[in-house]
Amino acid sequence: MTTLLVADHDNRVLSDATARALTALCALDDAVHVLVAGHQARPVAEQVAKLHGTGRVILVDDAAFAHGLAEPLAALILSLAADYRVIAAPATSGGKDVLPRVAALLDVMQISDVVRVVSPDTFERPIYAGNAIAVVQSTDEKKLLTIRTSAFAAAGTIAVAVPIEEVVPPQGVWLARFEGETLSSSDRPDLASARIVVSGGRALGSAEKFQEIIGPLAERLHAAIGASRAAVDAGYAPNDLQVGQTGKVVAPDLYIALGISGAIQHLAGMKDSKIIVAINKDEDAPIFQVADYGIVGDLFEIVPELEKALG
Amino acid sequence: MKKILVPVKMVLDSNARPRVRTDETGIDVAGMRMSINPFCEIAVEEALRLKEAGAAEEVVVVSIGPAKAQDTLRQALAMGADRAMLIQTDETVEPLAVAKLLCAVAREEVPDLVILGKQAIDDDCNQTGQMLAALLGWPQATFASAVRFAENRLLVTREIDAGLQTLSLPLPAVVTTDLRLNEPRHCALPNIMKARKKSLTVCVPADYGIDIGRRLKIVAVRPPAGRKPGIRVATASELVSDLRAAGLV
Repeated sequence: MTTLLVADHDNRVLSDATARALTALCALDDAVHVLVAGHQARPVAEQVAKLHGTGRVILVDDAAFAHGLAEPLAALILSLAADYRVIAAPATSGGKDVLPRVAALLDVMQISDVVRVVSPDTFERPIYAGNAIAVVQSTDEKKLLTIRTSAFAAAGTIAVAVPIEEVVPPQGVWLARFEGETLSSSDRPDLASARIVVSGGRALGSAEKFQEIIGPLAERLHAAIGASRAAVDAGYAPNDLQVGQTGKVVAPDLYIALGISGAIQHLAGMKDSKIIVAINKDEDAPIFQVADYGIVGDLFEIVPELEKALG
Repeated sequence: MKKILVPVKMVLDSNARPRVRTDETGIDVAGMRMSINPFCEIAVEEALRLKEAGAAEEVVVVSIGPAKAQDTLRQALAMGADRAMLIQTDETVEPLAVAKLLCAVAREEVPDLVILGKQAIDDDCNQTGQMLAALLGWPQATFASAVRFAENRLLVTREIDAGLQTLSLPLPAVVTTDLRLNEPRHCALPNIMKARKKSLTVCVPADYGIDIGRRLKIVAVRPPAGRKPGIRVATASELVSDLRAAGLV
């Protein structure tokens, strides 16, 4: 039997999350077909076709898929479902939105946020904000999975692309309507896949200070910028920078937490980083319990020194 | 809108530290403080705000869980919900079965809107709302950070990975709440007293003829891999030389 992976993309560029989910699914030893549902998204299909592990690309091009809305996408996945034992998506906002809708209509209990494939029916996933790891075995015939992408490396590319097959989507009446979007534009690397993340907390004190302190350090390190929930709630940073249980989960080589106390909800989003640096003026801050390197002190003094030392 | 249905879940309090049972069967919550799931509390608050703005007439809360989940429902009533239902069971009910029970409740209650938390902070599944929308054949707007009702449609701003997206939905619809949708109110003592007199009915899953048997077998629940103890460094330059030595910068 075969696996179907639902690609995450913006109609132009395939997200790194899809390449990471592909790595997870290759552990199942089944062929993986990747579904690219989008509007004028052939460039995405061509990127997928060159990923190591893709067996076939299914491209569905229709205006209904321009914004990844759950209703048409769920109907499309359902129309393809009979051929697949495993249906998966990266645990991005899009994957989380659509896959449970498919699971319910297939009468399958989905396994969310898979961090390890143990066997074809058994998977590990974090629960309680990562304070425990559950090993769960699915008794359903089909397996529906979302993949926590920070737990897997991105699949590499191959020289010869696999075939792209175009499929006509099922027609239907979709109730939810796209009205608009405000997308963050940034020259910084993508938070979910960056090698280094510089993250700021409430101690930054204002949106201006957040930019002033975090921005240059991130620039110097070619790092992505992250934020704690407290900083996002206070309006210092936009929501798409939030790292934590309910925001993005990251596991970069280096995570630098500035003025972040380290509530378990934040730790859930970054404690699998390879090296964690914490700078905080409260020496009892819980962030120090997960930090490999900690400096107790005023971040407004230490960060400029850090930049100077980096040269 | 005539009616808003708000499903709520009782979970281990977000400030409590989960203890993994030594026999690896799960989390030991005996004697621990239980609370309303924070996302569910936000959903109750949003439903009440819609009602207070004149956009809805009645807010009904429903929970699936043990007898103690009545406390969670009483809290929602004290916040201002009109009545409550408990589908009582001591079993762990998976999101798929929760969605089936809620679907049955929705068919009886015929709400115009179901608003619920995007995930429970215990199992972290993030599935129930989407599954419910699918079973009902209703549109969905997940991860809402703003909800507005205008001209018989619901305008919902959603938090997505790349920023914010706005959808409009005809009713009936399912909305799941994200953290920044609102800040839930505190319950004043007179309201807590008043909530004791509000209607809270209790039934069991079998009343709906729905099988809540588990589809996922828990093989083991283990503590996560621990991290090596870190070190304190005194200065920024010391930190940079350590990071350089490790090839990180």
